[in-house]
Amino acid sequence: MSKRLTNILVPLISILLGIIVGAIVMAISGFSPVDGYIALWNGVFGNTYNIGETIRQITPYVFAGLAVAFAFRTGLFNIGVEGQLIVGWLAAAYVGYAFDLPKIVHIPLALLAAAVAGGLWAFIPGLLKAKLQVHEVIVTIMMNYIALHVVNATIATLSDGEKTEKIHETASLRSPFLESITDYSRLHWGFIIAILAVIIMWFILEKTTRGYELKSVGFNQHASEYAGMNVSKNIILAMVISGIFAGLGGAMEALGTFGNISKMTAFTGIGFDGIAVALLGANQPFGVLLGAMLFGSLKNGGLNMPNEAGIPVEIVSIVIALIIFFVASGYIIRVALERISKKKKEEK
Amino acid sequence: MEYVIEMLGIRKQFGDFVANDNITLQLKKGEIHALLGENGAGKSTLMNVLFGLYQPEAGSIKVHGKEVKITDPNKANDLGIGMVHQHFMLVENFTVTENIILGSEPTKMGSINIRDAAKKVQELSEKYGLNVDANAKIEDISVGMQQRVEILKTLYRGAEILIFDEPTASLTPQEITELMQIMKRLIDEGKSIILITHKLKEIMEVSDRVTIIRKGKGIGTVVTADTNPDQLAEMMVGRQVVFKTEKVEAKPTDIVLNIQNLTVADNRGVDKVKNLNLTVRAGEIVGIAGIDGNGQSELIEAITGLRKVKKGTITLKGKNITGFKPRKITEAGIGHIPQDRHKHGLVLDFPISHNIVLQTYYQKPISKAGIIDYKKVNDFAKKIIHEYDVRTPGEMTLARALSGGNQQKAIIGREIERDPELLIAALPTRGLDVGAIEFIHKRLIEQRDKGKAVLLISFELDEVMNVSDSIAVIHDGSIIDRVLPHETSEQDLGLLMAGQKLHQDSKKVGDE
Repeated sequence: MSKRLTNILVPLISILLGIIVGAIVMAISGFSPVDGYIALWNGVFGNTYNIGETIRQITPYVFAGLAVAFAFRTGLFNIGVEGQLIVGWLAAAYVGYAFDLPKIVHIPLALLAAAVAGGLWAFIPGLLKAKLQVHEVIVTIMMNYIALHVVNATIATLSDGEKTEKIHETASLRSPFLESITDYSRLHWGFIIAILAVIIMWFILEKTTRGYELKSVGFNQHASEYAGMNVSKNIILAMVISGIFAGLGGAMEALGTFGNISKMTAFTGIGFDGIAVALLGANQPFGVLLGAMLFGSLKNGGLNMPNEAGIPVEIVSIVIALIIFFVASGYIIRVALERISKKKKEEK
Repeated sequence: MEYVIEMLGIRKQFGDFVANDNITLQLKKGEIHALLGENGAGKSTLMNVLFGLYQPEAGSIKVHGKEVKITDPNKANDLGIGMVHQHFMLVENFTVTENIILGSEPTKMGSINIRDAAKKVQELSEKYGLNVDANAKIEDISVGMQQRVEILKTLYRGAEILIFDEPTASLTPQEITELMQIMKRLIDEGKSIILITHKLKEIMEVSDRVTIIRKGKGIGTVVTADTNPDQLAEMMVGRQVVFKTEKVEAKPTDIVLNIQNLTVADNRGVDKVKNLNLTVRAGEIVGIAGIDGNGQSELIEAITGLRKVKKGTITLKGKNITGFKPRKITEAGIGHIPQDRHKHGLVLDFPISHNIVLQTYYQKPISKAGIIDYKKVNDFAKKIIHEYDVRTPGEMTLARALSGGNQQKAIIGREIERDPELLIAALPTRGLDVGAIEFIHKRLIEQRDKGKAVLLISFELDEVMNVSDSIAVIHDGSIIDRVLPHETSEQDLGLLMAGQKLHQDSKKVGDE
């Protein structure tokens, strides 16, 4: 079997298998798989509103996926995307309502605040890793909890209630034009920023001397030191850039989707899903974009399944998880395909 | 004559690449049969076929005259074939016995019967004169001893035929001599041995017959007593090989490297280099001879900025570079062929082209304003690959996929191409075959002839004697003598390396 054919077949078979197993689960639970999947399809593409909402849902996943993938590519495991995203969200929301500025300054400033907040949150585990060899996984997990409660406490202090004020119009990424073409969905310009972020990550890693150093340090610290690179600086920087992507993901929620930040009883989950998005995308920037599209579509489309097909949210979650599971296990299918084609060859 | 193993017309292919093409190897009972070939010639592939790790596309294997299919290493074990791997497969914090029984633990009512196993191991060790303590922990014994544990492991499993894969690669000269004796002892006890190597000296010393393979093809089998190293080298490389490196008299000029009273500590804080003084002049190769662990690594790391200098000064062309960062030292004009090419020399997961610009990626014309021009990187890599005969499918092949010799050639190309004032070559030919060694020695001498300074660190006496213009003997962290190769014998050098001062002795003799 040719390599190209395998490359096309593997994801297709994976998704198909996921759909089949998902159908079995729905059927066993006493629901119609056909109705379920039609509802899912409609939830993603059914009308302009749903398309707008799907794109909106994809946007923060792109950032979370990029954050995890960037860290992976530079030899780090950033579990702290969730926390970095939350502090970015808060920073963008605060700048969004606390200042009165023209739009051309206000949006960049709010984005910058989110980037700085996310970057700083990632700087701490980066520093501890570089200087004291503390494993970044432990630190970033703990930083997630710190972020959650610090952000909640800050919201309580800044506002008198459960959520901050709405951001000013000058800081919003929403636009009447996008609302008009998507039937008043919450779609905002953030998806353009997300695509830019994909290109920026690709550019940093594949074109710049900095990206070369970051990858080199990620692969082999000893050889990097021998080659005259500053290993500590590169570890910290890799973590900070990862955190900046995460923080910007939070800004998408603050300046686009919600327009403020509310107290959270639990994590948003976007940061953790980012790990799966990054792995689905093989840690390649454009792969992350595709992974986020799959993730965001299923998440948003799934919302329609209880309404239209009467399938409980729990079953919906299982079905979506199954599809993602099979896509992620593409490796198994690849091996199986190779076995089959090898056997055929031997028979000949 | 009865053959214990016959590999007839073996062919093994990986994709389009033919690793073994119609190779025949016949092992007689009770002989040491050397398998000779360059790096990447297909020796390991052939042995992996015999050991059941690969299935051949064509050809047959006979054990004791009976045709067999060896489908996996367990099958090979059952047939009495044991492999002593080049990289030992031992659990560091287990004892010798625990390592030997690993995978086939003898149990008595459900618990491991370690005491009987230890007894058996000890008996085997004594029978073959291996001198191994069955209850010692692996981490506490020397590399030579660890290798004996690997030998014991195969014997314990009942091996009649032992394959030694490059067994002397990590041994000291003393340990090599002992290993040779052990091999002869094994033969006396009725075992048969296949010895994979590219070291001609060892073959001449210990083997009965030699099978030579070159680029995957079987060249032939000769009786060791009827051949000589020159003929073997020619059969292996395919052309005549010059052993005595040709070179003109050195013309040393100004001092390039000047080390004064250098003291350097290792990671545990123990002084490894002690008040060391050394000068290297332009246009000469200074060889540092010494037994491993006498401060060579720490000395190089201090010169190249990878390790802190505790005391003393290092100057390069009169400029003090003590305590400089590695990048500053590289830019000041030092090239470094590191002793561990996997740890320091290469980023194995980078393509070979990326590795070739490891110290120059940020400089013009490779990059401008922080952007790397990868087209230039690839063109430059192609040039190095061509000029230094790096055998690789392409410049985008991962460094990991290259054989050791080709990895080393890429590093040497990279370092020499930067045209450094001082080139430090640490064990530059470790694990390489004669063809590659000859090539590397020539390049080092070329640098010298161009008026550059070369500092060569080697554990191989032949290499130090052959290539250096002047030899500095290091012992216990200090240079204890400086001698000229043509005025010194290997024996004298050996004594110096062991820490005995020659001149004082000879003077005393003269006084009397």
